[in-house]
Amino acid sequence: METIFLIDKTVIAFIAFAITLLIATYSTYAERKIAAFMQDRVGPDRAGPFGILQPLADAGKFFFKEEIIPDTSNKFLFIIGPGIAMLTALMTSVVIPWGGSLNFAGRDIPLQVADLNIGVLYVFAVVSLGVYGIMIGGWASNNKYSLLGAVRASSQMISYELSMGLALIALIMITGTLSMKEIVEQQHGMNWNIFYQPLGFLLFIICAFAECNRTPFDLPECEAELVGGYHTEYSSMKLGFYMFAEYINMFISSAFMASLYFGGYNFPFMDSLGLSQNAITIIGVFVFFLKIFFFIFVFMWVRWTLPRFRYDQLMRLGWQWMIPLSLLNVFITGLVLLWYDK
Amino acid sequence: MQLTNRSKVVSNKEMTAAESAYLPAVLKGMAVTLKHFFRRPATVKYPEETREFSEVYRGKHVLKRDENGAERCTACGLCAVACPAEAITMVADERKKGEEHLYREEKYAAIYEINMLRCIFCGLCEEACPKEAIFLTKEITPSSYEREDFIYGKDILVEGVEADKRIDISKRQDR
Repeated sequence: METIFLIDKTVIAFIAFAITLLIATYSTYAERKIAAFMQDRVGPDRAGPFGILQPLADAGKFFFKEEIIPDTSNKFLFIIGPGIAMLTALMTSVVIPWGGSLNFAGRDIPLQVADLNIGVLYVFAVVSLGVYGIMIGGWASNNKYSLLGAVRASSQMISYELSMGLALIALIMITGTLSMKEIVEQQHGMNWNIFYQPLGFLLFIICAFAECNRTPFDLPECEAELVGGYHTEYSSMKLGFYMFAEYINMFISSAFMASLYFGGYNFPFMDSLGLSQNAITIIGVFVFFLKIFFFIFVFMWVRWTLPRFRYDQLMRLGWQWMIPLSLLNVFITGLVLLWYDK
Repeated sequence: MQLTNRSKVVSNKEMTAAESAYLPAVLKGMAVTLKHFFRRPATVKYPEETREFSEVYRGKHVLKRDENGAERCTACGLCAVACPAEAITMVADERKKGEEHLYREEKYAAIYEINMLRCIFCGLCEEACPKEAIFLTKEITPSSYEREDFIYGKDILVEGVEADKRIDISKRQDR
């Protein structure tokens, strides 16, 4: 029993890992295509039909590029930086419930690597480690632009993590659980949390943009001022790792938004279709990925619409708007809960 | 005077509450980009497709031959004088006996070179030409990795003798 359980989990972990990497790879392609369409261009279309092999060509290019490690850098930290960024980006996918459970030869296999009872808290712990990859990489480069980018990244992430956490606290007050699986299951039958927490969701998605260093909060990279920010000195696949970690973060945070606020793998009329449990689960996985893709599209849509915030505007928005608003959200949620308890 | 109806007066007034919330403006911007998302691309896939050229487009030059296949250019140098970019150089030579089928007049250009990096495609050379020998065509000068490749000699500029290699410049003559 124990070995079968381990095999199940290993297989699911590997599949989740592979899918995460695949989607992160093709996000780069999607980003370039969406950018092109929004600017009335065609986008990459040379590698394969519709340029579908472009991400592979990019990855190949990254591997063959010359590896430059600055002479004055702290070599150990310089090398470990992109690794940390990648590791923390990938670790969060553990608690995402990708689907219901598959009934396989009399055994229920839940499509989730680990159903931690503190799933949301775990995500927070790992996400807040994510800043170390950027901070260490930027600091170890021994370059003032990298350092500025890293300082910006860390202060931005710390500021926006607060209101992100507060937005989630309101959600947890409603759900009464920290387990991702239970939160998703409570949203069964169009009982989505977005209807109960619209303000919370708005705060969460804005904070997610900031946490992923995406436009309009991409000040850590900021090509215009910081020549690339924290990864100025990076080249070859190390640069690729940073870029890749950004896209993985984007995918994971889309998955979180979909599962926390938009019902995860639940879809309307899933009980009245009269399908077997396995079929429902498989459709649910597809629905979940559709939701994720929608949010990835929103990420890119916003990126190619909005200009970058100025740094003081970013800080003012974070501390003077986001945090009071999320506190207000917590307060209102508490009042409403008290009212209904009575 | 107003050229378009899209100009806006910029002021430094304080933002209203609705404006400082940013979100309505953000959504408006996203609506604009979404509209462009479904629009036809404004670009063309160049090597496979080309844009339609004007009938009198000023592209790569051609040195014309007359109806018997003899070069019309007589190396008078008026094109080189007219050229504002000083892109044209030539060396004149005298026609020998038996070369009448090659060169129309007694004098011809032994070397005729146009530096395509200097050329601004203004068309003054063809206006200056008294012999209707040089014309600009619809062809585009291809790109190259070497600067030397852009000095076009007679081997590139002079049109072929055969009927199917002649380049039609009637549109530019009609102007």
